[in-house]
Amino acid sequence: MKGLRLVAIALGAGVFCAMAWAALAPVSFASREEIFEIPKGTWARRMAGDKVEILPAKIRLTLNVHDVLLLRNLDDVPQVFGPTVMMPGQSFRLPFEVASSYSFACTAHVSGQMTIIVEPQPLSPWARLRWRGIALWDAVA
Amino acid sequence: MNRLILLAASLLLVVASARADDAATLKAGTFDPPRAAPDFGLPGSNGAEVRLSAYRGKVVLLGFGFTSCAAVCPITLGTLGQVFKKLGPQASDVQVIYITVDPDRDDAARMKKYLTSFNPTFVGGTGSEAQLAAVRKDYGIAAEKVAGPDGSYNHSSFIYLIDREGRLRALMPFGHLADDYVHDVRILLAAP
Repeated sequence: MKGLRLVAIALGAGVFCAMAWAALAPVSFASREEIFEIPKGTWARRMAGDKVEILPAKIRLTLNVHDVLLLRNLDDVPQVFGPTVMMPGQSFRLPFEVASSYSFACTAHVSGQMTIIVEPQPLSPWARLRWRGIALWDAVA
Repeated sequence: MNRLILLAASLLLVVASARADDAATLKAGTFDPPRAAPDFGLPGSNGAEVRLSAYRGKVVLLGFGFTSCAAVCPITLGTLGQVFKKLGPQASDVQVIYITVDPDRDDAARMKKYLTSFNPTFVGGTGSEAQLAAVRKDYGIAAEKVAGPDGSYNHSSFIYLIDREGRLRALMPFGHLADDYVHDVRILLAAP
């Protein structure tokens, strides 16, 4: 019984520490860029009937910390990538300065649309908690 | 004393270079390396052929839409109208070309009337469905007719920025303010 109580206390302390970290630690990334690349050979794979999905239909960015979309076409042929067509070896860098939801017509997706959600930088403890909760949910879902 | 002057000069240099970097960064999404913007020749709203290469030497703002568009095109063209006002005399070095995705309704006369309401210098491009589809393919433009009585279209809503040498430099997503366009157009106009 005493052992069980100790485990519960340790578990509670662990959850508290995790929540405290999630609420207080500033949200940071190694880079402001969210990078998506079309690897070499993608066109050949698609021609062979392989369904290759590179760009998700929904992309989540965070203002001031992770707010630049960088697309690269490393394949040997031009390809529609995100909102536009890109030449082999070309990259497209799209910065965002306003938190909002951006929709682009995109033939590469079944829905015909690509959505980029740019969220405000989470500065308050509650905003950080919420931000990390959504990020965790997105990673698991 | 000399050290102080040197320090002040260094600080000024750092600030100046930071401001220069800021000025050189476009608000729009940029292509690296930029490619030559695919040329096209379409029946124009001005009664002549609208050919992209004829505007070499100007910065071209290229968009796709249709005159019956209720949601996107009036906002975009209204913004571009503001851009021209804000540019002042520099606007003479800029050309807006708007290509229809709705050739059944958008003939040259209708496009002229519509575009002139935003700015008399704006030029529209129309043509056969096949001609327009070929241009859209070159630029990666999506356009899909929406089922319903009003014959609306879902279409790419951004504006391409093409520099004086005819290179496709950037893509401005829908929703940007006129000041963002003015910022980027001035950078492209100033480029050697």
